[in-house]
Amino acid sequence: MRPRARRLRIVLVAAVLLIVAVWLAIFALRLNANLFYTPSSLAERGGAVIGKTIKLGGFVEIGSLQYGNDAEMTFVITDDGPEKVTVLYQGIAPDLFREGSGVVSTGAFNPEFIFVAESLLAKHDENYVPRELKSSDYLTRDDD
Amino acid sequence: MTELGHFLAFIALAASLGQAFWGLMGVRERARQSAVVAFSTTGLAFLLLILAFLRSDFSVALVANNSHTLKPWVYKLAGTWGNHEGSMLLWCLVTAGFGAIGAVKLNTGRDLFEARAVGIQGLILFGAFAYLLFASNPFLRLENPPLEGASLNPLLQDPALALHPPFLYLGYVGYSFVFALAASALLEGRADRMWASITQKWAMPAFVLLTVGIALGSYWAYYELGWGGWWFWDPVENASFMPWLVGAALLHSLIVTEKRGSFAGWSVLLAVLAFCFSILGAFLVRSGVLTSVHAFAIDPLRGSILLLGLAIFGGGALLLYALRAGNLQGGQDWYFASREGALAANNIVLTVATLTVLLGTLFPLIGEAVGSPMSVGEPYFHLTFVPILALALLVLPVVQDWNWGRLSRFKPSRNLWVSIGLAILLAMVVTIGFNASWTSVFGLSLGFWLIFGAIVELLRRAVYPSKLFRLPLRVWGMTIAHAGIGVFTLGAVIESSWRVEETITMDIGEQRSFAGWTLTLDNVQSVEGPNWYAQEARVTARRNSTQSRVLKPQRRFYPAAQMPTTETAILKRPFGDIYVALGDYRETNAGGYFVFRTYFNPFIGLVYLGVSLIALGGLLSLIGSVSSSRIVNQSTSPESI
Repeated sequence: MRPRARRLRIVLVAAVLLIVAVWLAIFALRLNANLFYTPSSLAERGGAVIGKTIKLGGFVEIGSLQYGNDAEMTFVITDDGPEKVTVLYQGIAPDLFREGSGVVSTGAFNPEFIFVAESLLAKHDENYVPRELKSSDYLTRDDD
Repeated sequence: MTELGHFLAFIALAASLGQAFWGLMGVRERARQSAVVAFSTTGLAFLLLILAFLRSDFSVALVANNSHTLKPWVYKLAGTWGNHEGSMLLWCLVTAGFGAIGAVKLNTGRDLFEARAVGIQGLILFGAFAYLLFASNPFLRLENPPLEGASLNPLLQDPALALHPPFLYLGYVGYSFVFALAASALLEGRADRMWASITQKWAMPAFVLLTVGIALGSYWAYYELGWGGWWFWDPVENASFMPWLVGAALLHSLIVTEKRGSFAGWSVLLAVLAFCFSILGAFLVRSGVLTSVHAFAIDPLRGSILLLGLAIFGGGALLLYALRAGNLQGGQDWYFASREGALAANNIVLTVATLTVLLGTLFPLIGEAVGSPMSVGEPYFHLTFVPILALALLVLPVVQDWNWGRLSRFKPSRNLWVSIGLAILLAMVVTIGFNASWTSVFGLSLGFWLIFGAIVELLRRAVYPSKLFRLPLRVWGMTIAHAGIGVFTLGAVIESSWRVEETITMDIGEQRSFAGWTLTLDNVQSVEGPNWYAQEARVTARRNSTQSRVLKPQRRFYPAAQMPTTETAILKRPFGDIYVALGDYRETNAGGYFVFRTYFNPFIGLVYLGVSLIALGGLLSLIGSVSSSRIVNQSTSPESI
């Protein structure tokens, strides 16, 4: 087989696979890239679609944390603006989760406009702040 | 003492400059001496830093920030590389070590090639040391030393994580010498079979060590983070996975270059890229551009310097490649249906799969740059990387017996037909009675098929079963590694398809059933360790009134770091792990309860068994190629003189 013909065929195979991969990737990203919002930026955008998974970041409003049965907990996420979002989560909160702490949760709004969180990320240690929150000023309130 | 370490680091910096200069000038002997000096001074400097950690010398800023007198000595030791500066010194040490071993051991008879490779390694070492001394110096003193240190992040105080960084760096940095060999070959305009044979002996240990390093990190994440999973497609995990994938492609491409002389340019390119991905990994972890549980040393300046290093070394090598790759000699002729063709397909798939991981890892950065922050999670990788790789693995057993050059006739052996039938049958039998999706059945069939295919190939090569143990070690290595992928696939598919995950609540004395077991919370008490105190729950797990085990999950608090951690309790059974993490105590109107997160992870042991087999296969293959080349050297050296 002549090298030139062989190279052409290899390039063709690679190109086809690459196109398939890119197509898959675009498809997967559209489904699965979760946009990040704070309560204020969410309000600016006119709210989120019910059922669409997003990431919501802010800090846990002091006095808002309540426990229910079956490891359920609800709390309110706010930021430096007036907007508030009620979050429902079932499970163990991260070690550093507490009222006043910064938190990033992944989940979706239910029809009652309660944010049902699948996962919670809190400040990881004293030096770690969820990156999405770092630029915001309100985290400086949280210096326990 | 620390000043001595500081001084030695500067000597090593100078020696690396000498190594680079003499090496690139082609003065083999001087380059060798410089490399040895660089390695010994770096080694001493590293020992002195370890000593400062063991002695809790808090006048050293790094020790004060990352150690504590109450820490067990193992974690004082591991604290040396459990931080940015110390791990960079380890990085330098490994770079210097590979350079020195290469300088002493390389014996090809081509002095200029060897000298330049050692010289390029010297350049890399110089870059690493310059970065260490001017942007992340571990030897800085404090004017007012504190009485007590700030301690190591408690999550890192763990045996698997004490070993994880050294293995990972040995793997990452192992690719630096592979890079040096490739760049030297480009300078010479010659990447022949001998080059491939040498490079293979460096790429294989790097691959094996990287495999072990990644596995240790994954195992740590499994039992320490309390999230029940073993791979999260976290950006930092991906950062170590991408060089691994490119390294796997390189090993396969090198086989062709070594045996047939073909794919020379492609092998060189992969050798360059493997190290570029290692530097990219360092950048992703250390610059703080990504959110990750692992990310440390969040400092933009350090990130930009690493990016500069990537641009200099990666860009330089790629420029060299563009100029010289055309001169590289092609090998023997081959047709599409041939072992060359099969390995080319392997490489195309691994490369494309790496690109999908790269895209998923960098996409959040692109999003942030255009002003819409976002994250890409596990589902993305399950839709892209996993199917691409799974389809490629499907054909592996069929093509691995194809011959070089041109396949005379496409006729899979009867054994292979039996294997694939048996694999599908087994997958269906195993899933009877379970709620199995077609993807799980497909995944299980693939796993069994890879294992059977490996056995069939081994038997075919041996011709007679009695000759199995006379087969070359490289054949055994390949077979075991491929079977390891099969075992891993089985484990990963079973674990992800039938994992049971539940949040349960219990007060003391209460019972809950979980995955066929009855869990009873007997009590919760306070316990204390050397540098932590904890709440420890005593949970009795019973099954069939005959089996009874006690699980003791903890919630620890490390006062020095002011940080809580979760210590999971894992009950290892032949069919999987029962995994319990203790949460907080909650007071409600109806009374209080403790929250537990419980997982049943079926056959998760297969995941780690599979990865161990891949590493073992690589190791056997390495031993095989080193010992066979020694025989060749002995038998041919008289004539070659």
